[in-house]
Amino acid sequence: MSNFLKISGLHAKIEADGGDKEILRGVDLEIPAGELHVIMGPNGCGKSTLAYTLAGREDYEVTAGSVSFKGQDLLAMEPDERAAAGVFLAFQSPVELPGVNNANFLRTAVNSVRRARGEAEMDAVQFLKTVRAATKSLSMQDEMLKRNVNVGFSGGEKKRNEVLQMTLLQPSLAILDETDSGLDVDALRIVADGVNKLRAPDFSALVITHHQRLLDYLSPDRIHVMAKGRIIRSGGPELARQIDQDGYATFLADAA
Amino acid sequence: MPAVTETREQIEKLGQSTYRWGFETDIEMDIAPKGLDEDTIRLISARKEEPEWLLEWRLAAFRQWQKMEEPEWAKVAYPKIDYQDLHYYAAPKKKPGPKSLDEVDPELLRTYEKLGIPLHEQAMLAGVEPEEGAEPRLPIAVDAVFDSVSVATTFRKTLQEAGVIFCPISEAVRDYPELVRKYLGSVVPAGDNFFSALNSAVFTDGSFVYVPAGVRCPMELSTYFRINARNTGQFERTLIIVEDRGSVSYLEGCTAPMRDENQLHAAVVELVAMEDASIKYSTVQNWYPGDENGRGGIYNFVTKRGACRGARARISWTQVETGSAVTWKYPSCILQGEGSVGEFYSVAVTNNFQQADTGTKMIHIGRNTRSTIIAKTISAGRSDSTYRGLVRMMPKASGARNFTQCDSLLIGDQCGAHTVPYIENRNMSARIEHEATTSRISEDQMFYCRSRGLSEEDAVGLIVNGFCKDVLKELPMEFAVEAQKLLAISLEGSVG
Amino acid sequence: MNSVDISVSDVGPFAQRLAAAGGVRSLAANAFAEVGLPGTKDEAFHYTSLRSLNRLKFIADSVVPSDAELESLIDNALPSDGSLASATRIVFVNGIFSEKFSTVSGLSAVSFTHGTQEEQHSVADNDLPLVLLNRALGCSTAELEVPEGTDAGTIVILSLNFGNATEGDEAPSFHPHLHVRVGKGASVTLAEMIIGKGVYLNNPVSVINVAKEASVTHTKLQRESADAFHLATVSPVIAERGTYNSFTLGFGAQLSRHEVHAYLEGAGSAVHINGAQLLVDRQVGDITSVITHAAPNCISRQTVRNVLADRARGVFQGKVFVERIAQKTDGYQMNQALLLSETAEMNAKPELEIYADDVKCSHGATVGALDDDQLFYLCSRGIPDAEARRILVEAFLIEAVGLVEVDDVRAALEGALSAALVERIGATTMGDGSLS
Repeated sequence: MSNFLKISGLHAKIEADGGDKEILRGVDLEIPAGELHVIMGPNGCGKSTLAYTLAGREDYEVTAGSVSFKGQDLLAMEPDERAAAGVFLAFQSPVELPGVNNANFLRTAVNSVRRARGEAEMDAVQFLKTVRAATKSLSMQDEMLKRNVNVGFSGGEKKRNEVLQMTLLQPSLAILDETDSGLDVDALRIVADGVNKLRAPDFSALVITHHQRLLDYLSPDRIHVMAKGRIIRSGGPELARQIDQDGYATFLADAA
Repeated sequence: MPAVTETREQIEKLGQSTYRWGFETDIEMDIAPKGLDEDTIRLISARKEEPEWLLEWRLAAFRQWQKMEEPEWAKVAYPKIDYQDLHYYAAPKKKPGPKSLDEVDPELLRTYEKLGIPLHEQAMLAGVEPEEGAEPRLPIAVDAVFDSVSVATTFRKTLQEAGVIFCPISEAVRDYPELVRKYLGSVVPAGDNFFSALNSAVFTDGSFVYVPAGVRCPMELSTYFRINARNTGQFERTLIIVEDRGSVSYLEGCTAPMRDENQLHAAVVELVAMEDASIKYSTVQNWYPGDENGRGGIYNFVTKRGACRGARARISWTQVETGSAVTWKYPSCILQGEGSVGEFYSVAVTNNFQQADTGTKMIHIGRNTRSTIIAKTISAGRSDSTYRGLVRMMPKASGARNFTQCDSLLIGDQCGAHTVPYIENRNMSARIEHEATTSRISEDQMFYCRSRGLSEEDAVGLIVNGFCKDVLKELPMEFAVEAQKLLAISLEGSVG
Repeated sequence: MNSVDISVSDVGPFAQRLAAAGGVRSLAANAFAEVGLPGTKDEAFHYTSLRSLNRLKFIADSVVPSDAELESLIDNALPSDGSLASATRIVFVNGIFSEKFSTVSGLSAVSFTHGTQEEQHSVADNDLPLVLLNRALGCSTAELEVPEGTDAGTIVILSLNFGNATEGDEAPSFHPHLHVRVGKGASVTLAEMIIGKGVYLNNPVSVINVAKEASVTHTKLQRESADAFHLATVSPVIAERGTYNSFTLGFGAQLSRHEVHAYLEGAGSAVHINGAQLLVDRQVGDITSVITHAAPNCISRQTVRNVLADRARGVFQGKVFVERIAQKTDGYQMNQALLLSETAEMNAKPELEIYADDVKCSHGATVGALDDDQLFYLCSRGIPDAEARRILVEAFLIEAVGLVEVDDVRAALEGALSAALVERIGATTMGDGSLS
């Protein structure tokens, strides 16, 4: 099923300091169903831009290329339609929503997605049961549900909250944008568990990371190295270990 | 297209179809001829069979009013009102002031039913899920005011047993003249301002509440105001008195039919809280705001003021203002009693061509008095919204404290949001803190919500409700749910 | 030329001077006579009454001390460490440019002219009354032009004002006009210093045009006489990516008003309108500003601190006005006041008027007494109460002065502040400024 996610010649730019800045310069990437792929690359190479572009952030303008997701044109969809279609982005810096209760937010999101997928909405009791089960498996305090979305959360709590959302929204493509950054080993394992629990023949993941650490828990299928807005090298899990040891320098030299 | 641009466009498409309370009730009315002179006032007073002192009080107010000029300092613009081109008395013909619900015109009962107001005592507002850990709900007693007169007041017997008086003010004039005479105009003197003088001259009805010493009112009291008749000014008068250690929570709601012409509403509300007494006054103001071209809508010029006369008295104003074409309203607290507390929590939403100039005054007179002001302003469409507030620490207000937070949210680039606080401190040990912000919904927040599957409307709704949360949580629960829906509807097109 | 037709009752204390304001000034004189002095019913003067001016009759004649005396006063007015002694100096005595004491010959790249304000006679609809008054009665104008790309360094603008004895009902009034044009990419620091003696009105008007990418620092140390009136208007207009960074430090005058109308005309421009005042006795000090964001991506910052002792009354009004076109505006304003006595008073009106949606504007205001915990902490370390209070007040004000980025100018303001604190805090009567 090679048409699960297919990114072809993707170019994207962002408006910065009054001018346009091209960040993605022809990304080609295919992720078959059921696989877990990893993108690594130096800072500023376009990893987060790729994540945002796949999730539909408006300030990134696609200038060329295409993205097909399960046979649909992903780029033609609104962000919420992408979520309903099964795309989930775990944010590198989750956004704070003052005054918005976390449980209420989760339920609104879950029911929006269920509605769009033609599934029955969950009532308050059902939802509470589901969410409590999920928080327990992520070792989260129920108290987090009563707080406002990400407001006053520690870095680790924010990341766990992202994984909680992922668990509840049941995506078929999860994009994790440096979800491991700033996490201690225990939190790292929880994040990995969250992903591993979702692994299935119809679930794929794209993990953006700098470190081998997270990959120890994830058993990835493919590793891609990104530089200057393109994928410059792809390979098996051994590629990640090589980068961990030697850095990006050799790849960059090759690509230059 | 950025989310906010789209939101803006959707708001611009917003039509008058969204005002869901705009129907008209066909009912036989007793209407005074247009115009205002001393004879009009004598007629109103006679219709209401008022005592001589009240007629004199009205006439004195009228003479003051004639010498006054309509205020122009507020940031609102509207064509000059012709005060001679209005009816000052309109009442449903059939049995004004019925003794029981059975006597109420069934057409009126249907009107209130349609508005979702429970006039049957067994009725409760449906569809409300109590939040975990929320206080058990009190039942609600309702006084329904239709145009100028009270048409029904529920639960009166239960309240009487507790010693609480809750009745139309016209009835209180008859049954409790000494109370009314003592307190009427004692917080808002007739000549306080142009509109209070006008109201004092021509007020027709409103609610009266008296809570005796030591009594906690066993239920929420509520007045539901409905303007129906054409070309009629509505001038209701509310007076709430709570004696030592008593407490009451009072709610006020209001709607009106959609009409092309503007209608005037100039109410006066007076609150008196004695030692250790507490009054919580909540308003959900949803008068007809006019259509998307700024045609029609209510002019809402209201004077609301509470006096904390006793030590440790507490008066709390909460308002959700979504309606009216023009709003001019500053619910205030005179903090006289030592350690008394004033609170003002406000959400004001304007859309299309609405204008709102609203805020509060906190006058700290006594020692260790405290006040809190939380004002949230949301402007959309081509509307203008102003927070105008005064915090004054008098020389004897040692140890007094005020905290003010004013936040404005702009949706679209054709609206305006303004903040005009007056901060006056004449006591060195008094402390005033004021913060204000103006911003718009951030693209980051919108994208985050939408990437979790929320539609644009739901996302805006969620963020706006979050923005208003500190105020909404002050409302009694039934009203909070109502208010949340109202916020959504007021910004419909973007909020769903 | 128009004749002057002024009804005496309208202009009270200025009747005599206005009647004599013939020639090109008659236009401004008539315009002022029409509007008169602002009253407290004018929203802009809600908290500051100018009624006390009505006790006086203002006259044109004034007494100027001997050159020797002036020389020593100028030396005293400058920082004692001599840091600004070598800076170019423009001196006004009683509102009139004094060639003798100025060192404009030292200006190489900068052009300086002075005149008799004949060219300032035009009148626009939105002219402020106090600016009209300046135009009607002003007799000296100074124009400073910093050419494109020039760094003009620091220029000291020194005003020495001499009024009449307090007993009489006549007093002179001074109406100097300063116009500064700073060319594209140029920069300059203007360090204004004002001292005075006796009863008089000082009514200065400054217009500062900041061209594209130019940068201006403008400070003012206001030490008018304790019996004087100081009513100043400053109007900076800032072009694209230009910056205007100002600070006013006020101690003097029985009634003072420092009013700034900043106009952010070009995209990406920035203003800082900061200030501090320390008032004692029955002084009234008003710091008012209107900042208009008329272009996108502009920044405005305001930090104002007030200390009020005895029966002093402080006023802060700050309005940030954001026009519809001014998207991405970033506006911040903070006004804080310390009340040191039971009879001191502070009135503040921070105001936002916003018509653009993509903005970030906020303001804050606090009014209160010294923090008891901090006082206790200092006292528990052995510092006497009065000293502890002075330390806290100084810390409060010096933090604001710290916003001045030009080192020697900031040092001069800090020095003046320390001296004023020693002289004023704890004292129940006020000294006669720095001239005694």
